[in-house]
Amino acid sequence: MVERLAEFVEDGSLDAEFIHVESEHSALSAAMGASLAGVRTFTATSSQGLLYMAEVLTYAAGGRFPIVMINANRSLALPWNIYGDQRDSLSLLDSGWIQAYAENAQEVLDLTLMAFRIAEDTAVRVPFMVNLDGFHLTHTYEVVDVPTKEQIDKILPDYDPGENQIDFENPRSFGFTAGPEWNASFHKAHHEAMLHAWNVIDRAENTFHAVFGRRYSGGVDAYRCDDAEYVLVTLGSVSGLCRQVADSLRESGVKAGVLRLRYLRPFPDEAIRKVLSSAKSVAVLEKDISFGGAGTVFTNVRSIVPAKLNVIGGLGGADISAAQIAGIFESLQAGESGVKWL
Amino acid sequence: MAMSARDLDKREFFFGHKACAGCGGSLAVRIALKVLGERAVSVLPAGCMSAVGFNFPQLAFTNNAFITPFAATASVMTGIEAGLRQRGIDDFQVVGFAGDGGTADIGLQALSGAIDRGDNILYICYDNEAYMNTGIQKSGLTPYGAKTTTTPYKGSRRHKKDMLAIVAANGVDYAASASIGYLEDYIRKIEKAAGITGTKYIHVLAPCPVGWGFKTDETVDIAREAVDVGAWSLREYENGEWKLNREPSRPQDLELYMKRQGRFKIEKQYQEENNYAGE
Amino acid sequence: MPLKSLPNKAPELTAFEGGYLVSPNGGWRSVRPVINMNLCVHCGQCYLYCPDGTISPELCLDYNFCKGCGICAKMCKRGAITMQKEADYA
Repeated sequence: MVERLAEFVEDGSLDAEFIHVESEHSALSAAMGASLAGVRTFTATSSQGLLYMAEVLTYAAGGRFPIVMINANRSLALPWNIYGDQRDSLSLLDSGWIQAYAENAQEVLDLTLMAFRIAEDTAVRVPFMVNLDGFHLTHTYEVVDVPTKEQIDKILPDYDPGENQIDFENPRSFGFTAGPEWNASFHKAHHEAMLHAWNVIDRAENTFHAVFGRRYSGGVDAYRCDDAEYVLVTLGSVSGLCRQVADSLRESGVKAGVLRLRYLRPFPDEAIRKVLSSAKSVAVLEKDISFGGAGTVFTNVRSIVPAKLNVIGGLGGADISAAQIAGIFESLQAGESGVKWL
Repeated sequence: MAMSARDLDKREFFFGHKACAGCGGSLAVRIALKVLGERAVSVLPAGCMSAVGFNFPQLAFTNNAFITPFAATASVMTGIEAGLRQRGIDDFQVVGFAGDGGTADIGLQALSGAIDRGDNILYICYDNEAYMNTGIQKSGLTPYGAKTTTTPYKGSRRHKKDMLAIVAANGVDYAASASIGYLEDYIRKIEKAAGITGTKYIHVLAPCPVGWGFKTDETVDIAREAVDVGAWSLREYENGEWKLNREPSRPQDLELYMKRQGRFKIEKQYQEENNYAGE
Repeated sequence: MPLKSLPNKAPELTAFEGGYLVSPNGGWRSVRPVINMNLCVHCGQCYLYCPDGTISPELCLDYNFCKGCGICAKMCKRGAITMQKEADYA
């Protein structure tokens, strides 16, 4: 990703400073410094790299720097593995970043554009992590509608960091220590900004639709859920196959639906409750496991609705087949519960 | 024309901090900012100076200043420098103040990366020879024979890393060592570094009364004596050339220097137990 | 340096006016430096070497922030600065 950006900078199509760093920790640190200097910043990472910069994630979030970062979801060591799963970003759900999960390459691009607008909104000012499935989305080809600069200008205003930037007229201290008497108020403000992001996401998606004609649906993307008895909740690139399976089950009379989570933070609790309130039975399929507990997405979803079945699949890049997905719906119909491994 | 004490900016840019009385590190930061002035942007990782200077709402830096992750001093400086330049601002100096642990141990990789890129930054290591902020744990710059809270075997049995040689080997544009005991030399080096475009590294010895075991009024005296007896040297590295700025005036008094400090008492014991004849 | 009042509430971001001082350090002192102007030759060494910057170039002492470390007295070659018991000034 940064290799292509280097080409854009070299050929002059991107007016940016390109900083080559020696590590992910330094990548996000440099991005944070640049954001503090008052410019728009972007970086990208994956897997262990994301974990290596984990310390800086909370600095960037707590410092409220609207950095946009793409994370290619890939497995974590050990055993070492270079293929996709979502353990990297899901293990860092609490780092204070907005976390969105794309289904396809077009959505990665669209989310990234909207991410700047959402993160930089003065009522939000929270860094934004766009997640995409490693290999399934990063190492495959897909036709993508690339926007023009004029289109981008319509959805992305000039960056105004406000008071969160170096100012030689009014010098400030940034990222200071705050003791017990002050500490919580900073975190509360951060939390409230995250919740407020829903309004901003909604506005950004409306503007995006007006400019590009593509409609996104906020925290969740519900498919045939209105009258669904059995709903499979999932995220990322596997969602398309899940919808296909739901379609064929519908043909055989099973009222199946698929709920794709687009955002994990802020957590779309209201949208989930609304969509799943009438479902008879809910399963969560995720490429992640919180060892000794359950899948992290499942734990979150179950805090809203009584989801029963948690299916762990796709770890380390394992394929998830249509038959396996159909099997999840069968398990739901059979009333199975708990954590089940594909 | 070199700057003297009288030419320093009269304003204080690091004032009201909660450093211990007689803190050498705070003197190093205070003087550097008086040389660099209001266009300096200070970058401080976890360490003594960030802990004492940034306790909201008591904020002791009067210029722009930012706390960074422990290992990220140099890389945050890189980002700030690039960002300000991208905004079309060019009259500023990004200056980092990291301790010995933040420099020679955890921050070494990021510093190496910044030197590798040749970023236009001034990195100042205030060296109090252990992790003083967290309770006097050994760092890579703790000297031979000094007692710390994490050297159970009669104090540190290793010599200090030679940071100047390390940054020189990485290809730094300018490096110098200094001591808060000789401020005119330190001031001259900061001023010189500020005039050089490229990666600059200044390593200033900054004694710590608490961690070294001496009275609060002796800080400057001990910093001066360290140079006089040869326990610390004032050097410069530029254009591939090394220069010693000051010959030790009384190298025979090294033992006196050590005797003044509680942290070396353990070394005396060690020598006696091992019938050590000395060098 | 005059003190400022505590902010009514925390700012939303970790960004705040630099040089904002709400609490003095003078209470740390057990001894305080006193300059005998008859002996002082205005060499400025006390101003230069004070870690807290509490001696101005004009040799005004800021007792709100002086911690009483005694470096100034040690640096004074003329013996113009003496450290006196804080209790005597209570």
